[in-house]
Amino acid sequence: MAAKTKVAADRKPVVVVDNAHIVYKVYASGRRATRAGAGGGLFSKKLKLQEVHAVKGVSFTIYEGESVGVIGSNGSGKSSLMRALAGLTPLSDGAIYAFARPNLLGVGAVLLPALSGEKNVLLGGLAMGFSKKEISAKVEDVTAFAGLEDFIGLPMRTYSSGMSARLRFAIAAAKDHDILIIDEALAVGDQDFRNRSEARMREMRQNAGTVFLVSHSMKSILDTCTRVIWLEKGEIRMDGDPKKVTDAYNKYVGSTTID
Amino acid sequence: MSIEDYALANGLKRVGARQPLTKYVAEAVRRLDFAYTLASFTNEATNAKSRLGSWWNILLPTIQAGTYGLIFGLILGASKPDNFLPFLFTGVFLFSFIQSAFTQGAGAIVSNAGLVRSLSFPRVLLPISVVISSVIALAPQLLVLLVVLIFTAQPITWGWLMLIPLVILMTIFNLGLSMITARLTVHMQDLNKLIPFITRILFYTSGVFFSVDKIFSTETLLTKLIRINPIFEFLNLARGYLVQGYQVHAEEWISVSIWSIALLVFGLIFFWGAEERYGRED
Repeated sequence: MAAKTKVAADRKPVVVVDNAHIVYKVYASGRRATRAGAGGGLFSKKLKLQEVHAVKGVSFTIYEGESVGVIGSNGSGKSSLMRALAGLTPLSDGAIYAFARPNLLGVGAVLLPALSGEKNVLLGGLAMGFSKKEISAKVEDVTAFAGLEDFIGLPMRTYSSGMSARLRFAIAAAKDHDILIIDEALAVGDQDFRNRSEARMREMRQNAGTVFLVSHSMKSILDTCTRVIWLEKGEIRMDGDPKKVTDAYNKYVGSTTID
Repeated sequence: MSIEDYALANGLKRVGARQPLTKYVAEAVRRLDFAYTLASFTNEATNAKSRLGSWWNILLPTIQAGTYGLIFGLILGASKPDNFLPFLFTGVFLFSFIQSAFTQGAGAIVSNAGLVRSLSFPRVLLPISVVISSVIALAPQLLVLLVVLIFTAQPITWGWLMLIPLVILMTIFNLGLSMITARLTVHMQDLNKLIPFITRILFYTSGVFFSVDKIFSTETLLTKLIRINPIFEFLNLARGYLVQGYQVHAEEWISVSIWSIALLVFGLIFFWGAEERYGRED
């Protein structure tokens, strides 16, 4: 581990992940849904404390100017690791160091669905640390970026999933993040929006920002990333050149889906 | 060189590490705008669903006080406190102010899980936002209370202005209270089930609808317990200024001030202690 970090002493690290473990503790009966389990009475189903080891000892170092794609099957620990990077999920063991607090932009990000898009922009901006004046001045830009001019006054619960994902991305992109993590956000927008957001991501990267992109779309990974990390069952399977890693991943997915 | 030394030598900081208390508080104060906006938007969102909207803010406690007035007025009969209606309205309105901090504070983190998981900000802003939203709801209720006082022919005095420092102290008290319940429910979600009972017990032991002097002829352990209950003292003070026939006990000012400040300081430190834990999914 230590040898790896010595090699790149001349490059400036922005994120260092050191042996990160994430264990979820879940109370569950741990029994399969069979008919035999039914009718056992109120107290007979004992709840067991089960541990789910989502991320198992992941280590890597990201250097200035890199934009990193994160790929892997569903349940491989990508989202858990990204939430830990943003400081939203505490690690069970190990540590993550970063040059600035990474900001996570996920499709799951919930604001207040009963309120209009415009009010959600204000709220999201304030939560990211903008002052009221700053974010009020940006509302129009954010709306235009999301392409929601006609709908910004409607409650967010009336938006389609694509529309609300676009708005959330637009809110997060209003700020120049030093480190931004995007979890599948681009998969939902239409082509026009995808082009705009990819352009914005490139712009952010040029402003010395680091971008993590979690996606199942190899095309957007290849278009935007300079390095790819492949996670499988909570461990790093491969880490390096985007073309090489995505090729290997495609081969792996192909071989596992045939059986 | 260990990885930690390497990271720290390059100016990196551990992600998710809790800030020192003074920095934490400064950051929270700097972002109070967020708490305030969240509070007023949440109020708006809850009221948007009903036709009468924000009128429910004053209708609900008024109906509540009316119901209690009818039932307890009949049950208590002759042992009703003097000036029953203004006594009761003062009690119910101010008690529900504290109650909202207690019950909504309990949900401040748990029911805002989406916000906590997707954005990073000092989490203490959530219980603060709950209290701000209850202050916003209280303002029109106080107007209703004043109308009730005037209708029941209470003399209008300068003493009514003492309601302002009293509400400020209650707000400080509520801030501490909501920070404590916000953290407790994160550790034990089961607590949410008990909260209705705890508020019931507080309701019955705070003298919201009865006068301790009238019901209990002798001082017992129970009456002593009621008298050191800060909520009882808050209500007592308010009645001393607002309702005819009740005296202000100056020592209660000292007592509620100590309670409020102590609860805020303790609540803040207690809440901050688990800052890294909020948002974990277990």
